[in-house]
Amino acid sequence: MSPDGLPSSDALADWKPDVLGVEGRVLPVVTAPAEVLSRVGAEVDPADPEIVQLAADLVATMRVSPGCVGLAAPQVGVGAQVFVVDVTQHPKTATSHGTFVLCNARVVEASRWRPGREGCMSVPDLTGDVKRAGRVVVEAVLPGTGEAVRLTTDAFEARALQHEIDHCAGKLFLDRVAGAHAVYQRKVYL
Amino acid sequence: MNELAITVIGPDRTGIVADVSEALAGVGANLSDSTMTRLRGHFAMTLICTGPSAADVEKALEPLSGLLATVRAVEPESEAGAGGEPYLVSVHGADRLGIVAAVTRVVADVGGNITDLTTRLTGPLYVLIAEVELPADSAEDLAVRLAEAADELGVEVTLRRAESDVL
Ligand SMILES: [Zn+2]
Repeated sequence: MSPDGLPSSDALADWKPDVLGVEGRVLPVVTAPAEVLSRVGAEVDPADPEIVQLAADLVATMRVSPGCVGLAAPQVGVGAQVFVVDVTQHPKTATSHGTFVLCNARVVEASRWRPGREGCMSVPDLTGDVKRAGRVVVEAVLPGTGEAVRLTTDAFEARALQHEIDHCAGKLFLDRVAGAHAVYQRKVYL
Repeated sequence: MNELAITVIGPDRTGIVADVSEALAGVGANLSDSTMTRLRGHFAMTLICTGPSAADVEKALEPLSGLLATVRAVEPESEAGAGGEPYLVSVHGADRLGIVAAVTRVVADVGGNITDLTTRLTGPLYVLIAEVELPADSAEDLAVRLAEAADELGVEVTLRRAESDVL
């Protein structure tokens, strides 16, 4: 808790996947159309050993997926409100909180809306133009300890958080595209 | 499996898409990729379908009055190689003959492939937006050539990367 009694993001500063204390397994990534991707994820008990294992699995699966900056539980077939984010290597990142897993996350403030084109590992062949807030405040709890966090972020980390929180609510970027002409076939280019 | 390229165009009215897609579904034509847009009061549909023969689809569309339809059997998509780097070209300025021709020729000359293009004329203002796939390291060259073409046409042009981020 911060001095004013509100949960702070300080807890995230020290947070590392190691604190989960379990080995993450690499899980297969589910792609649309899969029912689990369109279902509202269940709120979770962050201390539940299964959730701690899931958190570690999300980290491990993200790590082996090239270019992956975030992964939500529904994307590995689990309808739960848990996701991992790590945007540290991304060029559009301003503020970054490193690698972290959040449970039961909510966007409580959102501003500076701007368009951007995004894709998703669960919709591998399409991208779409989606408006996202460039600044958000997110409240959540950490897996394992259940410690409450309130984090303020911007730019690419803000976009990633909104995308993953959407996954936990059963929404894909396709549910938010800007118009009939705002979905694009994605060709692989390296 | 038959693959069909179908175009339908007619005066815009409520229910035109429902009528055409119902007729297609009625003969078992499975709609895959399509674009359907209103163009100056005409409604234009370009669709790829699989399933029935071209003759069956023609017969199904015939009763829809006021619509001009073409149906043609086509070869399924060949596994084309990797695209290129995605860019967006925006052009706007006073309408004049040959804007699309000049701009798209410049894109073709650097080996760029247009994947989507829309033009709109509103009053005196002409607008062109194109999605293009460019060969590696050709964007700077294209930007220079586009600027030259735009100068000659008296229009404004911008080329920017259509970045997408996988989340
Ligand atoms: Zn996603």
